[in-house]
Amino acid sequence: MINQVEALGRLGIDVIRKYGKAGILLYGAIFRVPNFRKGFALVVQQIFAEGVLSLLIIMVSALFIGMVVALQGYHTLSKFGASQQLGPLVALSVARELGPVVTALLFAGRAGSALAAEIGLMKATDQLSSMEMMAVDPLQRVIAPRFWGGFISMPLLTIIFNIVAIYGAYLVGVKWLGMDAGAFWSNMQSSVEFHADILNGIYKSVVFGVVVTWIALYQGYDAVPTSAGIANATTRTVVYSSLAVLGLDFVLTAMMIGEW
Amino acid sequence: MLSQRIIETLVGIFLLAAILALITLAFKVSGLTTFFKQEGYNITASFDDIGQLKVRGSVKIGGVTVGEVTKIAIDPSTYKAVVTLRINSTVKDIPVDSSASILTAGLLGDNYIAITPMYSKDFLKDNDEIEETHSAMILEKLIGQFLFSIGHSNDKNSDTAEKGAKQ
Repeated sequence: MINQVEALGRLGIDVIRKYGKAGILLYGAIFRVPNFRKGFALVVQQIFAEGVLSLLIIMVSALFIGMVVALQGYHTLSKFGASQQLGPLVALSVARELGPVVTALLFAGRAGSALAAEIGLMKATDQLSSMEMMAVDPLQRVIAPRFWGGFISMPLLTIIFNIVAIYGAYLVGVKWLGMDAGAFWSNMQSSVEFHADILNGIYKSVVFGVVVTWIALYQGYDAVPTSAGIANATTRTVVYSSLAVLGLDFVLTAMMIGEW
Repeated sequence: MLSQRIIETLVGIFLLAAILALITLAFKVSGLTTFFKQEGYNITASFDDIGQLKVRGSVKIGGVTVGEVTKIAIDPSTYKAVVTLRINSTVKDIPVDSSASILTAGLLGDNYIAITPMYSKDFLKDNDEIEETHSAMILEKLIGQFLFSIGHSNDKNSDTAEKGAKQ
């Protein structure tokens, strides 16, 4: 009996400790960037690894998502004789929801898992401890550039996702199904608002970028230094960050619809 | 590993592509024009009922868009809706005795304000008010009136029928 209570208490304390560690890690990642010139090059390298290399998967999925939304939307809307409203349908659903959320999920799978595995392996092979021995702060040298790389890449990827998806819908709606191009764009322009729809989508993606990179970095940094531990960390990164993205998406949407 | 120079170039291209995409989103997708404040002047008009009129709705003369609705407020003393319209500065000469009415584009379209020019030689200036206004036609009210009148005429018919039966 006493043992079970003890185990429960230990579990609770462990969970709180993990949150604390994750918080300290985030604090370190954000505030320890003193050497701007050296740090800048590292951040650029990480934007390349996390952003540019994710571009292909993001663009291909955006194209297909835009096309499929247009196809589905066209067939449903034409039942009501409202197929002219395809432009607003696609633009609003992509800019508000699909863009930020799908980009974040793909980013978690493509870049987040790579981050966790890389840092986990660095820890398993004692690269992080040897950095500390050389008086190089691993938070500053390894964690911070990766965090800022993800923070910067994520909104940019979302913007590119949005535009590719909308042009994918344009391809299907106008070039294939024969909608009028003028109606497609002008209906879209009259119902999409820059602040309420597009900027709010981008704010969402900034939040998702922070959350996904943070989870990936923490899971890698906290991984058990064995091969099984790294595998676990990678899996947990993808699972936790997908759940966090979907849950936060609901909260953020509720906040945005309720005007904060 | 690629050299730092190539990485920097690729990241630069990535950034530029994202900025271009954002500009396209702003102008092509959301039709953002409020960044560049259009030249123009404001006039107001108060309506009993504005129906579904919204801010950024269009203002038309003879079917041509000449401005937009910038503000909708309620006058607390008269309970009328005070609508502020921004008219493009290219359209200077709107006579003071013009009337403004709220119309609907098509059966289910958005509401807009149509200004019908009259014959006065004095023209509206900044912050002037259009005196003569016609409220929005509200479909539900019309249907309600229609049903009421049908119901009424049926009552009359049945009344006369009853009377005829009695006689």
